[in-house]
Amino acid sequence: MTEFTPLLSFSGGMLIGLAAVALMAVHGRIAGINGILSGFLSTHVNSDWAWRAAFLAGMVVSPLVLLALTGRMPEISVPSPTPLLLVGGFLTGLGTTYASGCTSGHGVCGISRLSARSIVATLTFMSAAVITVFLTRHVFGG
Amino acid sequence: MKPLLAFVFGLVFGCGILISGMGNPAKVLNFFDIAGTWDPSLAFVMGGALVVTAIGYSLVFRMGRPLLANAFSLPTKTDLDVRLIGGSVVFGTGWALTGFCPGGLVPVLGLGTAPIVTGAAILAGILAARWMIQLSYRKTAAEA
Repeated sequence: MTEFTPLLSFSGGMLIGLAAVALMAVHGRIAGINGILSGFLSTHVNSDWAWRAAFLAGMVVSPLVLLALTGRMPEISVPSPTPLLLVGGFLTGLGTTYASGCTSGHGVCGISRLSARSIVATLTFMSAAVITVFLTRHVFGG
Repeated sequence: MKPLLAFVFGLVFGCGILISGMGNPAKVLNFFDIAGTWDPSLAFVMGGALVVTAIGYSLVFRMGRPLLANAFSLPTKTDLDVRLIGGSVVFGTGWALTGFCPGGLVPVLGLGTAPIVTGAAILAGILAARWMIQLSYRKTAAEA
C-alpha cells in the first residue's frame, strides 16, 4: 500500500507544469524528458546540448534542494527485481523513442496543446501499463 | 544565461516529480493496479500539471516568440501511425515493469542503484531505437 496524497500530488504536478511553461516561454521547447535525454546523447555538443544537459543536471540535484527546504530526503521504494528493471527500462527507452514522447512530452505538454497524437499516445501507454500490472500482479504474480 | 535558466527549470521540474510521487515506483505501480492496491494519487499529478500547462502555454503562445530563442519548436506530425501506437504500447509495458518513466527516473538517479540500472537500460533502449529507425530510413532510401 502507498498513502493517497491528492494535495501533494496535485502541487507537484503544478510544479511540473510550471517548469514546462517556463521552458516553452524562455527556450521555446517541449519539456519531454525522453526527448531531452535523447538529445543529451547526441554527438553534437552545441547550444541545444547545453540547455538539455543543464535541465537534466537541475533534475538530478533536485532531491538535495528538497532536502535543504524540508529536511527530508524523498522516499523511494522499488518493488521490481533487477532483471525486470533491465527489461522494463530497455522497453521504456525503445517505446518512447518510437512514439516520440513519454509521460511528460505526450502526457503533459502534448495534451495541453490538444495534440491528437499525444492524447492517443497517453491513452495507449496508460492502458498498456494497467494491463501489464494486472497481468504481473494478479494473473502471473503472487 | 540560457543553460542557467534551463538548470533552474530542471530543478523545479525535479522537485515537482519528487513532491508528486512520480519518482517513487511503488506509488506509480499502485496507480496502475486498479484491481489491487490502487493509489489514485498520480491522476492528481496529471491534473495539476495539465491545468498549469494548458493555461500557461496559451498565454506563452500569445507572446509570438520565446524570450531567448527565435521560434517555438513544436512537433508538426499529425498522423496516428503504427510507430506512435506501437511505441506507446511498448513504453507502457516497460513502465509497468519498473515503475520508472524517464521523467520520474532522472530526479531519483542519485538515490540508489535501481534507478541507475533502469536509467542505463533506458539509454540503451533509446540508442537501439534510434539505430533501428535510421536503418529503416536507409533501407527506404535505398529502395526508392
